[in-house]
Amino acid sequence: MKTMLNIALPKGRLGEKVYNMFEKAGFECPSIHENNRKLIFENAEKNVRYFWVKPSDVAIYVEHGAADIGVAGKDILLEYEPDVYELMDLDIGKCRMAVAAKKDFYDDVEKTLKVATKFTNITKNYYGKLGRDIDIIHLNGSIEIAPILGLSDVIVDIVETGTTLKENNLEVIESIVDISARLISNKSSFKFKNSLIEKLTDEISKQMEESND
Amino acid sequence: MNINNKILKNEERAIFELRELYQKYGYSQFKMSKFEEYDLYVRNKNFLVSDNIITFTDTNGKLMALKPDVTLSIIKNSKENDKGVKKVYYNENVYRISNGTKSYKEIMQVGLECIGDIDTYNIFEVLKLAADSLNIISDEFVLDISHLGIISYVIERMSVSAEDESELIKCISEKNIDGIVKICKEKGYSSDILEKLVQTYGTPSEVLKTLKELDLDMCCEYISELSEIVTYLENIGYGGKIKIDFSVINDMHYYNGFVFKGFINGISTGVLSGGQYDKLMSKMDKNSKAIGFAVYLDLLERFEKSDKRFDVDIVLLYDENAELSALNDAISMLTSNGKSVMAQKCMPDKIKYKQLLKLQERGVEIIENNA
Repeated sequence: MKTMLNIALPKGRLGEKVYNMFEKAGFECPSIHENNRKLIFENAEKNVRYFWVKPSDVAIYVEHGAADIGVAGKDILLEYEPDVYELMDLDIGKCRMAVAAKKDFYDDVEKTLKVATKFTNITKNYYGKLGRDIDIIHLNGSIEIAPILGLSDVIVDIVETGTTLKENNLEVIESIVDISARLISNKSSFKFKNSLIEKLTDEISKQMEESND
Repeated sequence: MNINNKILKNEERAIFELRELYQKYGYSQFKMSKFEEYDLYVRNKNFLVSDNIITFTDTNGKLMALKPDVTLSIIKNSKENDKGVKKVYYNENVYRISNGTKSYKEIMQVGLECIGDIDTYNIFEVLKLAADSLNIISDEFVLDISHLGIISYVIERMSVSAEDESELIKCISEKNIDGIVKICKEKGYSSDILEKLVQTYGTPSEVLKTLKELDLDMCCEYISELSEIVTYLENIGYGGKIKIDFSVINDMHYYNGFVFKGFINGISTGVLSGGQYDKLMSKMDKNSKAIGFAVYLDLLERFEKSDKRFDVDIVLLYDENAELSALNDAISMLTSNGKSVMAQKCMPDKIKYKQLLKLQERGVEIIENNA
């Protein structure tokens, strides 16, 4: 039996961009362009199998070895801290994790700060380092309305262009960390499919160097 | 006693074979109770994989813990004045938080410790036994070896702050080269050598060649120690399975020298982990050196490529009029052919069987064949 390289891609625009990079690197899988609802695509000739998963699940597939490699945002890696190798910063899907508040927000340090976020772990670590007492309110979406409705003082969320914040009368008051897409690998797969993985990473670094020139 | 190998599960078979292996090299079994005073773990919290420990109050008011680790207990019980090297192995349950469910789990662990005046042979022996242990589980394995002396020398030379050091170490363990470069750029450290160390991965000859090209003269002692042992491991038949990987990094407050991790093809995380922990020894007021490793057997359960689809080979139905002797004869006949037989008066729910038989006056009649 041939060794297949199993690759988990995040559904959506970022995933398609990543696939194009992989295709150029010699790991093409033409059937992926067929317009259907299939989630798994295979090209036995190139020893490669792709599957589309929810972006926040990529790290889980890779950590448990269901995928050998995958592409996940740094936000997901910081939030879930999966036990994987972080082989490469792909320099795409760039944004930042930031603290945002209403424009007239005054930070009274004597009070416990109420923070609404999807990223509880990142938030806990960030304020833990500052030694600030906080209450975390975990939300799954529409984080921006939390300060407007008085649910929280501030929010911790991903900021891409800042348009959503502006439209909701919020502004960034503190940047936490820069985010971009990372190529991650399962630790065990890295040993046993090393030549395939190294071939891929070499080709992709070449591509990235070319585009930087 | 005759044990049919088929009945043993993967992890059970591994336990027997590993014990046999360690005893062959003169390691004696260390037995301990399930409980240990909580105090022992509090003092060495960072040595443990997780700091979540199950505690309870003993009848005399002492705070006790269900052991999360065996190594600390072995060190505690090792006597300072023993001559020679103390060699022990253990086969114990430890209680830890499981990553997925965030709840406590009982994990079967087999491991060995070598405590005393450790020399190059002892280190080699432990590494060889680690490779042998992996080989027992599957011949498709990789043993990644690193030397913390080299990494800590390189980091020391960069003179980084304590906070940056722990960030760098995290990046090293993730093979996150872009992360290393970023930290070094921001803080003005030179990242060249560290970058190359983390990037290089492979067979000893490849990696040792890269090391030669780097300016590492000040720790040539560590490099030659590493080179001697890994080369010898390759020579005894483990060529291609021994890799040098500087991303193997255990807590440097406890570990020094050799550290290693074992992987099996088909198991998504490392199954074996170990290293030299002289620093832990001195933290526990012991003068001697030590090296050891543990094998996580709970991971083998999923490794078994079982084709088990039936609970039992044969279900044998009988009715109230069946004679005891006739029933026993029929079952004896079937089991002596190597079949498993479950005798039932009526069909139980949800039992998967290959064959359904019924005991009649004339003999056994086949009612259903599934396989």
